[in-house]
Amino acid sequence: MSTAAQIVVQDLRLAYGHKEVLHGISFDIRRNEIFGVIGPAQSGKTSLLRCLNRTIDFTPDTRVTGSVLVDGEDVRQTRNVFALRRKIGMVAPLPVGLPMSIYDNVAFAPRCAGMSRKSELDGIVEQCLRQGALWDEVKDRLDSLGTKLSGGQQQRLTIARALSHQPEILCLDEFSIAIDPVTTMRIEDVLKELRRNMTIILVTNLTQQARRLADRTLFLWKGAIVELDRSEVIFSDHPGNRQTYEYVNGIFG
Amino acid sequence: MMFTETPLVRRKLRQERLAKWIFFGMTASMIIPLVLIVGYLVERAWPSLSLSFLVDVPARGMKEGGVWPALVGTIYLVVLSLAVSAPVGVLAAVYLNEYARDNWFNRIINLAVINLAGVPSIVHALFGLGAFVYAARFGYSIISASLTLAIMTLPVIIASTREALASVPRSFREACWNVGATRWQTIKAVVLPNSISGILTGIILQVSRAAGETAPIMFTGAVFFKAVDKGDLFPYGLREQCMALSMHLYTLSTQVPGVKESVPFATAVVLLGSVLVVNATAIILRGYLRSRKKW
Amino acid sequence: MGDGFGGGPASPGVLNPKAEIRKPKEIRKPKEIRKPKAEAASKLGRDMSTPQTDRAVADGFAVRRATRPAWAVLGERALEVLIYLCGISAIVFVLGIFFFVFKEAFPILGNKQFSLSQFLFSEQWHPTSELNKRYGVLAMIAGTFSVTALAMVIAVPFGLGAAIYLSEFCSGRVKETLKVVIELLAAIPSVVWGFIGLTVMSRLIVKYTGAPVGVNVLNGGIILALMSVPIIVSIGEDALKAVPDSYREAGLALGATRWQLVWRVLLPAGKTGLLAAVLLGVGRGVGETMAVLMATGHAVHIPHSPFDSVRTLTANIAAELGEAPANSDHYQVLFLTGVLLFLMTFVVNLAADLIVRGIRRK
Repeated sequence: MSTAAQIVVQDLRLAYGHKEVLHGISFDIRRNEIFGVIGPAQSGKTSLLRCLNRTIDFTPDTRVTGSVLVDGEDVRQTRNVFALRRKIGMVAPLPVGLPMSIYDNVAFAPRCAGMSRKSELDGIVEQCLRQGALWDEVKDRLDSLGTKLSGGQQQRLTIARALSHQPEILCLDEFSIAIDPVTTMRIEDVLKELRRNMTIILVTNLTQQARRLADRTLFLWKGAIVELDRSEVIFSDHPGNRQTYEYVNGIFG
Repeated sequence: MMFTETPLVRRKLRQERLAKWIFFGMTASMIIPLVLIVGYLVERAWPSLSLSFLVDVPARGMKEGGVWPALVGTIYLVVLSLAVSAPVGVLAAVYLNEYARDNWFNRIINLAVINLAGVPSIVHALFGLGAFVYAARFGYSIISASLTLAIMTLPVIIASTREALASVPRSFREACWNVGATRWQTIKAVVLPNSISGILTGIILQVSRAAGETAPIMFTGAVFFKAVDKGDLFPYGLREQCMALSMHLYTLSTQVPGVKESVPFATAVVLLGSVLVVNATAIILRGYLRSRKKW
Repeated sequence: MGDGFGGGPASPGVLNPKAEIRKPKEIRKPKEIRKPKAEAASKLGRDMSTPQTDRAVADGFAVRRATRPAWAVLGERALEVLIYLCGISAIVFVLGIFFFVFKEAFPILGNKQFSLSQFLFSEQWHPTSELNKRYGVLAMIAGTFSVTALAMVIAVPFGLGAAIYLSEFCSGRVKETLKVVIELLAAIPSVVWGFIGLTVMSRLIVKYTGAPVGVNVLNGGIILALMSVPIIVSIGEDALKAVPDSYREAGLALGATRWQLVWRVLLPAGKTGLLAAVLLGVGRGVGETMAVLMATGHAVHIPHSPFDSVRTLTANIAAELGEAPANSDHYQVLFLTGVLLFLMTFVVNLAADLIVRGIRRK
């Protein structure tokens, strides 16, 4: 596995109005690793992801300083923000099936990118639905509405959609809060498969999930980094910081 | 154990019922007289009401005959004005709801929309006269009148479209942005298809408003009388003046002496009926489309 | 076992003839994807004869390689410019309205025979007199205010009562039906209201009050009240809806009757919204033209009783604009009246909007 840094975050600060939610954090994420981010609610995890693919732009009254480099390119200076977003797959906490057919849900991103040939789209749709472990359940009703699927299926559809633009980086933001444990395990298996092809950022408030999956884990608290280390260290009995131990073991939080 | 009614409870229940009936009475006293009035209008109009009243032209100095030229004129004005205000209004609403950031400039636009909605119709008439009839040299014409109506209906279309757009959950937009869709791609794929019912209803409701307005067209393009063949579908050119139902009703009831009694009543019933039919259609359409919501 | 082998593939066809049709498709689709992969593995097909794009799909490059056609990008850009232009059109139109109405009115302000204080504070309106031209609109202002005030006196209690009935006392079918009826009431054109005032209401007024003429302040007030009620009901209902249910529950838990609940809890809690509803009703009343033109008579004087005929600012413009020659003093004064109306309704609507927005923010 290559250890080259794919994402470099340097002194990233983010403020909503006068309230600073990220206080100048720096770290890097290596290619093809599963990078866990843990921390209690309101610690800035989601904001961090939104800085990464610049959907933070859609929130009014935000101020970002510092830099985020993806493959050496500063996302805040990138010329084609849409290509950047296609490079980064994003799965939101709550499943969102778009109000269109299952096929269109997955084909939406390639179409937005300018792909129009049916054979290519068919291929991508099947590939992504298979990767999202949803293909077998929906292959006979690809033209039914994505919003009419069950919650767990919609979350897998969301993952398939995040894969549909063939990203190099996949961000999952607490993907399991709305789905049952069995589906969660299935998706975790999928992630283990996917890591061969992409970098995965796994934001989670289930510390055990990060322990199971992540190579390295970042503990974020109140917009600042408490500790970043290999997961074995973070989840051991002697992490570098006492707060980490307390959070991971549920003493604090 | 049974719950027994003490005198206090009974008094309370009685008061409750009383309150309900009083408020019901207030509601009913607004609605029932109107139903009676409408019934009265229809009764008085009855002698003249027939299909031929719709397609006949006014006869004997407008004292008798039908409303065909006015009916066609109203259709002209409504279609032309909405052809302008619907696209502009919908796009303006898209701008305000989907593109505009919350800054002073867009707050001023919002203020302008609200203000535009409150401008009295007669002031619209003055504006139409000053801007379209004189400044733009359209003269007294269908174009001037339609444009005046268009500006009048614009803010309401903007408001109803914005409401429809805002009913599409933000999470759908975010899901689209996350996969690299541009703002317009998001709007086209998710926002518009799921708000189209609300947008259409808002536009249809403005059809009836444009049809009913009198003041804005009185001094910009509507005329007391114009000779038109019976049943002629295209009697007017765009630079000509036209008759309109609302104006016709005003003329018949205030300016023409010795009109056959049932004719203005029948005109009122035709105008009222067409407005109510259009609105009822919009309301039914809205109910139908709401029932097949996609999420 | 042998039976299973032989029967397996055949059975779908026997049991379900449609499956036979579906099946080839299922087989064909994966093939399209697997084929290029296999070829890539065998290091064949680097040449153009094989469908390269499908391999890009499998290898995860297809989307990255895709580009939108230039016309699509440019078209989108053009459309966004158009959207922006439509967005700012509202400002253009409001400024345009003020500009054009004011432009036509402006010359009169520099006219020596005209004074603004006379315009606002004189009740003498003799625009066509040869010897003694007077342009005072005080009587019309009084007319507008008397009709609007009377309308509000009638409409506010009934409108709020109906709003309370809708939001507190009825539900389901009845509520939906009443809302539809009220929506339809709001759609009745003002000229039809005017016609009702002129024909039905005036006769009723003469019959029951003995007034000499039926078109007067009372008539206009009633008609305007009926027109304003739908606005007051719908905004008032919104305002009551904004009162949290916890207030109601707390009130009922303390043993309050509905009656007390309305008086002590809902009206105080919803008062700003109800005020906004009333203000919008006033705005409509001040700006209404055709109904008051037809229902209030045409007498230019300050009314002393509800049975006096009056003329409102709006009706005055509607009645006289047709006779005033373009760019005459008379014509310019009518436009100045328009400016006055514009400013009046602007203030009223702005106030109502600020109140409504204050509620929404809560």
